[in-house]
Amino acid sequence: MPDSAPAPRPDFIRVENFSFHYGGSQALFNIDMAIPERRVTALIGPSGCGKSTLLRNMNRMNDLIDGVRHEGDIRLNGASLYDPSVEVISLRKRVGMVFQKYNPFAKSIYENVVFSLRVAGRSRKKELDETVERSLKAAALWDEVKDRLHESAFGLSGGQQQRLCIARAIANQPEILLMDEPCAALDPLATLKIEQLITKLSETYTIVIVTHNMEQATRCSHRTAFLYMGRLIEYGETVQIFEKPSHPETEAYITGRFS
Amino acid sequence: MPPAPPSTPFATTGRSRKGEPWVWLTAAGLAVGVVMAMALILLILVKGTASFWPRQIELMEVQTGDIVETIAGYITEERQRRDGEGVVHEEIQVFRGNRDLYGEGFKFIDRANIAASTRPGDLLLVERMEYGPAIVRAVAMETPAGRIAAGEPGFEKALNETIERAAEDRTRMLRIERKQIGANSRELTEIDRAERAGRINPETAAARRAMLQEEFTRLQSQAQAIREKLNLSRFIAEAVDGREIVFPAEKLIHVFPANEAGLMGRLGEMFRRIGTFLTEDPREANTEGGVFPAIFGTVIMTLAMSLFVTPFGVICAIYLREYAKQGQLVRIVRISVNNLAGVPSIVFGVFGLAFFVYTVGGGIDRMLFSDKLPTPTYGTPGILWASLTLALLTLPVVIVATEEALSAVPRGVREAALACGASKWQTIQRVVLPASLPGILTGIILAMARGAGEVAPLMLVGVVKLAPSLPIDDIAPFVHPERKFMHLGFHIYDLGFQSPDAEAAKPMVYATALLLIVVVVTLNLAAIHIRNRLRKRFAASSF
Repeated sequence: MPDSAPAPRPDFIRVENFSFHYGGSQALFNIDMAIPERRVTALIGPSGCGKSTLLRNMNRMNDLIDGVRHEGDIRLNGASLYDPSVEVISLRKRVGMVFQKYNPFAKSIYENVVFSLRVAGRSRKKELDETVERSLKAAALWDEVKDRLHESAFGLSGGQQQRLCIARAIANQPEILLMDEPCAALDPLATLKIEQLITKLSETYTIVIVTHNMEQATRCSHRTAFLYMGRLIEYGETVQIFEKPSHPETEAYITGRFS
Repeated sequence: MPPAPPSTPFATTGRSRKGEPWVWLTAAGLAVGVVMAMALILLILVKGTASFWPRQIELMEVQTGDIVETIAGYITEERQRRDGEGVVHEEIQVFRGNRDLYGEGFKFIDRANIAASTRPGDLLLVERMEYGPAIVRAVAMETPAGRIAAGEPGFEKALNETIERAAEDRTRMLRIERKQIGANSRELTEIDRAERAGRINPETAAARRAMLQEEFTRLQSQAQAIREKLNLSRFIAEAVDGREIVFPAEKLIHVFPANEAGLMGRLGEMFRRIGTFLTEDPREANTEGGVFPAIFGTVIMTLAMSLFVTPFGVICAIYLREYAKQGQLVRIVRISVNNLAGVPSIVFGVFGLAFFVYTVGGGIDRMLFSDKLPTPTYGTPGILWASLTLALLTLPVVIVATEEALSAVPRGVREAALACGASKWQTIQRVVLPASLPGILTGIILAMARGAGEVAPLMLVGVVKLAPSLPIDDIAPFVHPERKFMHLGFHIYDLGFQSPDAEAAKPMVYATALLLIVVVVTLNLAAIHIRNRLRKRFAASSF
């Protein structure tokens, strides 16, 4: 549990000289970075720069695609994700993920939240009830849906559905929460709510977020990594990246000269 | 100053330039299709319902040459006939019943020969167990209490009571014959089997056989006693030409005063006929009585087929879509499955006969029922094999629909499930399948619609003209998957083309066709209802 850890480890996730190929084309080139515990780390960069690929490698979601291969390694708290003995399912239980387009299941709100417990074979009513309440409260959704937990998740608004997906991702109490442009499909008000939520969640979880929104990165991340053409160009404290970028490309990107 | 260029008017082309005629063509195509479908439904609806409507009986004096004939009957058809000299004759076809007197029930009469036509109120339409309906005048009732002539007080009461008692007694006799005598003979067969297998010694077998034989004689005489007592009552009538017809109570089903009855009486008679049609067994080579066994057989066979095809088709589709590596081989398999839907259904019938009936059924017989051989138990056409054959026939429909439903489930939802730590199978089982359930049900609905209307393969694997007993009844073990069954589709064919009196069967053909449509639509509506409820539950409308 993150709460029991004394101090945030600076290299909770270590990406070590990591390269990634989709078939013949290389998407990531020798990425090397350390992501600290219980902080929000933003990955920014123009479309196709590899930030989503990097994120999706942190819970091995890219395994689903045919013809991919990688070099290097990603370590989670010292343990290699790509070790042959690692069971992908147990890994994904420790790394939650929230997607760009909110994607609740065709089930009730309740069943959406407890999904990860159900697939893990845990079905004690008391535990499920507690999980639903805790997760929905953590996702700032409890007050809005507590009276209709057993109604379809599709009845919620877009912002609510995305918060439900966050509640679902944290129901199993993962150590890391990966977010792939979580606000891309939402209006500004819903975005604001999610951003506040991210800040709050970073007290408990290590968050890696991919975003196209510079302001979002400055508002809610502690550290920012700028990727360009599959390479990590610059990585540091968010304040420093946005105020005194040391690379001309970074500056060009954050000031909006290309996107 | 140069003259202003002439302003070019907007091009005013005919419709043809813009491709408008195609709109008309497509609309016309649809309209023709709709009209044809409506006309078909309307024809079947009108003819089907009309066959239940009680018509009035005409009493006609027909003069042919010097002979004057009195004919009573209702008009079934009017037509024009051109004779050898080119003279046009207006003819009517009359159903005059009384097949026992006249040999056939229908007669064509030239309108020119009709000297007089009336509708006397005393003509009765009598339904009976054999020879089709009779058209007569009442003469008298003979009961154990004595003879009551028509018109005397108490005649109608006696007639109605006799009809009621006849119905009750027929049920009682049927119960004795079918159930008790049936059980008796099953027990006899059982003893034979046991003796042959050496499970009981010959003396015990002989003793029990004698006991059963005694029981059998007792039951038979019991039925005979009921019959004799019932037949003490008789309905005496005469045909319009004065010949006497005697109806023993046993044969009497219903008497309807066709000309006296008012609108309400007619409506009541119509509903009675519809009720009879829906709930009773067929009589007289299927041309009279009801079609209940055929309704039952159709419904049970269709449900059993859905029960077989659904899991099989869904499992196939899951492997094809979710697990198989999408390559050349899977493409070939998919094309083959699609083409399977185009194979003529009779081919499936032949396959079902060769594989299910002879190979599988024969195998079951050799393994489990070898003591009954050479009499086959499962190695003969039956409802189980018919359902399996149709399941195979409709399999492509279910596979294709399921595959489409599975592929319509968004990738994001699958990824979300995997990201929650679900295995691939858990993802399919808990997320993908529920989300594609409405689409799968659409496939099942299509399969049911196809399967319920199929006749050709069934003729090879289990449908019969007349099944002595239903595939599900109150005799242990209650479900009899090896039994042959009746089917509405086959019943239509049988009535229309195999019946001894095609003319008499015509109304039944339309009525049965209407019923088949109603049964198929009802089955589909039930499935659609289930699908809509599922859809509403999840409010995900991607199908």
